[in-house]
Amino acid sequence: MLNKFPLWKNLMVIAVLAIAALYALPNLYGEDYAVQISASRNASVTTDTLGRVEQTLEQLDITPKGVTLENEQILVRVNSDVEQLQARDALLKELGTNYIVALNLAPATPDWLADIGAEPMKLGLDLRGGVHFLMEVDMQEAVRKIQDQMRDTVRSELREERIRSTSIRRDDSDVVVELRSAEDYAAAEQYLDNRYPGYTLIEDEATQTLRLRMTEAKLKETQDYAISQNVTILRNRVNELGVAEPIVQRQGAERIVVQLPGVQDTARAKEILGATATLEFRLVDDENSLRDAEMGRVPFGSELFPNRNGGNTLLREDVILTGDHIVNATSGFDENQRPQVSISLDGAGGDKMSLATRDNIGKPMATLFIEFKATGERDENDRIVFERHAEVINVATIQARLGSNFRITGISSQQEAQNLALLLRAGALIAPIQIVEERTLGPSLGKENIALGTQAILWGFILVIFFMVLYYKKFGLVANLALTANLVLIVGVMSMIPGATLTLPGMAGIVLTVGMAVDANVLIFERIREEIRDKRSPQQAIHHGYDSAFSTIMDANITTLIVAIILFAVGTGPVKGFAVTLAIGIITSMFTAIIGTRAVINAVWGGKRIDKLSV
Amino acid sequence: MHEIIKTNKTIPFMRYRLGAWFISGLLIIASIVSLSVNQLNWGLDFTGGTVIEVGYETAADLPAVRQTLDANGFGGAVVQNFGTQQDVLIRIEPREGVKAQELGNQILSLLQAESDGQVEMRRIEFVGPQVGDELTEQGGLAMLTALICILIYIALRFEWRLALGAVGALAHDVIITLGLFSVLGLEFDLTVLAALLAVIGYSINDTVVVCDRIRENFRKYHKGTSQEIIDGALTDTMSRTVITSLTTILVLMALFFLGGQLIHGFATALLFGVIIGTYSSIYIASSLALALGVSREDLMPPEVEKEGEDLDPMP
Repeated sequence: MLNKFPLWKNLMVIAVLAIAALYALPNLYGEDYAVQISASRNASVTTDTLGRVEQTLEQLDITPKGVTLENEQILVRVNSDVEQLQARDALLKELGTNYIVALNLAPATPDWLADIGAEPMKLGLDLRGGVHFLMEVDMQEAVRKIQDQMRDTVRSELREERIRSTSIRRDDSDVVVELRSAEDYAAAEQYLDNRYPGYTLIEDEATQTLRLRMTEAKLKETQDYAISQNVTILRNRVNELGVAEPIVQRQGAERIVVQLPGVQDTARAKEILGATATLEFRLVDDENSLRDAEMGRVPFGSELFPNRNGGNTLLREDVILTGDHIVNATSGFDENQRPQVSISLDGAGGDKMSLATRDNIGKPMATLFIEFKATGERDENDRIVFERHAEVINVATIQARLGSNFRITGISSQQEAQNLALLLRAGALIAPIQIVEERTLGPSLGKENIALGTQAILWGFILVIFFMVLYYKKFGLVANLALTANLVLIVGVMSMIPGATLTLPGMAGIVLTVGMAVDANVLIFERIREEIRDKRSPQQAIHHGYDSAFSTIMDANITTLIVAIILFAVGTGPVKGFAVTLAIGIITSMFTAIIGTRAVINAVWGGKRIDKLSV
Repeated sequence: MHEIIKTNKTIPFMRYRLGAWFISGLLIIASIVSLSVNQLNWGLDFTGGTVIEVGYETAADLPAVRQTLDANGFGGAVVQNFGTQQDVLIRIEPREGVKAQELGNQILSLLQAESDGQVEMRRIEFVGPQVGDELTEQGGLAMLTALICILIYIALRFEWRLALGAVGALAHDVIITLGLFSVLGLEFDLTVLAALLAVIGYSINDTVVVCDRIRENFRKYHKGTSQEIIDGALTDTMSRTVITSLTTILVLMALFFLGGQLIHGFATALLFGVIIGTYSSIYIASSLALALGVSREDLMPPEVEKEGEDLDPMP
């Protein structure tokens, strides 16, 4: 008998390897120093911006490797890290605070590779350097805030219904209503039953007490809202830091992961991440002259702030309410189909608002948005200087005495209403966050880790290759080909999967795979030797060797794969990285060790009569 | 042909199983005693706290660093060299009333102020205590889930006695590797946990190959006691077991010596685990299955049991 692969099988092996090699290729090109420019609020990146960037570079006498405008982002590639810093500083000054200018390392992938979507592997923070934060959202506080608001709603509604209660309070996460009499109890029970979606009514007739408890669904909705709100806000703040490729991601039920590659100054990063953008509601000072104030004569008890239309607005110094009382803000339309923003306040906020607006009906009230923004300046420690940035985002006339729920109308467009709602929410975190884990890695340690990992892989590889040739001769060479192909496949697959990140334990996983990948070949070759010992012809030995080793290899690898999957499911960060490379390595090694080596062996030995095998 | 093991004669592995059980039993007892007395040197990932790694330009003066820390209210910090003379690792336990998030940067600027030369920040890690507790729980859970999944898979694919033998061998490997970490006081961090799971993965790989051959030989040879069949299967797979372990140990040596300080624990656990795993898949897994009474009928393909056909006589 002869061992032959059909043409399609040979072609498939070649095609798979060629594709993997193609996608693994970008990893060899390294990275360019680059500056990345994107727009923050109120601005956009256009060809006009591109012109300004090119002009600035010309003034600095920097000849960039390339300047591209893509996806509303400008990427400037330069030749050295010195040029990179120069360019960043100059561009920051030129473009001002409406643009985010960040240092980046851009893959130096040639265009023809980039065109087919080939990119180098993403490196984890332990290989790149940077900061990793794990933040926890205070869910109890989120629930508390919602329940406080619920308590206020119940209170005012029962009052309107003339149902008398001795106390309405929040007890842990329930709203508790104690009624005055049996009639009140009956009336309240009838009124409150099924009135609020997302709440169940727990009755206790003996003590004439009703409890409103959140359903599981409502609880989950509240938590989801608290998380997604925090994620949005953190994203906005991270953008202010000017970091290239930041990650802000939800993890589990109540945590958020923030990764800032390349950032070293954690103190600063924490300050910005923790800094709450706040909101203030203030009365507009319409008794004094705005022009006088703009000339520098600001009246006592008032302050001058810029507004969104490019002008200024004179506000009273007294703050009616701060943004932390806001529970929710949504945009929508009023009766006349004009855009509006509905705002919900917590109990204390409602009282304050009510008190302040009682005597000021008909007067204009302003919404002031305060945040921290990066300026182009640097202090003596080379830190970017941040400044408090306050802006009047809306002025509306108070139409009536306001309570916990009110709305701002007279907004010019729906877009504007949406923006305002977003800003109001951003200024009002429903639940505070706390850093529960922080990891910072210096850039030198990252580079060192890459070097160490690469060295370990290389030496492990060399040792195994020597051993295999020594022990299995020519078949050993074939196994080594498979091993090399396996490495290429792992790198290729890692580069192709968008979410896969290479970490230091991930590199350890590759090393381990190198050691274990030859196992399949060892199994096959040992079988072939056995068959030869049993006096089979070489061709039969090859055929039976592969056949009988197959199910063993499958069983052994599936159990290892189970372990890898569990590691992936349970692990976080670096452990996940290890699980990913291990799992990919197991699958690719089965392909190269079983199908790949068979293709080579069939091609070399399979098509002719032979008396001896070099195994 | 080079051959590490000559396979002309069957090696009577199982004859020595009592000796192996004795040694394994001793190692397991020693491990459990050490784990309950010394416990594990839990790393930052599990205990929570702050770790700061700094690099000095010249060999670091550890006593001076300690003094600086003590003088500024950071008493009780563990200060040690990390990898090289220049690198210093400072570890601070979580404390009540201290904003742990700020600690890292405070200490860094303190050291930078006190030192004449440059002090480079290499790494700052802070882990909150609640994260650590969760991780311990998750780690234990992962280990159990892995063992149970493997138990089910092997029971389905092979037979429950072999499955119990295999999982028994895995538990054996994990306990003794944990014991080694406890006895030597090596730090047990997240990467070591990953390594332990990888040891499970490796050891099961080995065990499955042996089980596979035991099943095959039971079906192939109609003579011989269970013990003889198992000895034969172990002998057949011996050279594969040794060679694969050898190549794996070779690459792990590369990782151990070249991989750097951060994955030293990882490499240690794997290296030791692979050696133990190789031994256990030869001795523990199959001898456990033998003790549980695995026999030929248990491993016959199910289609033999056709109606009207006589079952094989008992061996």
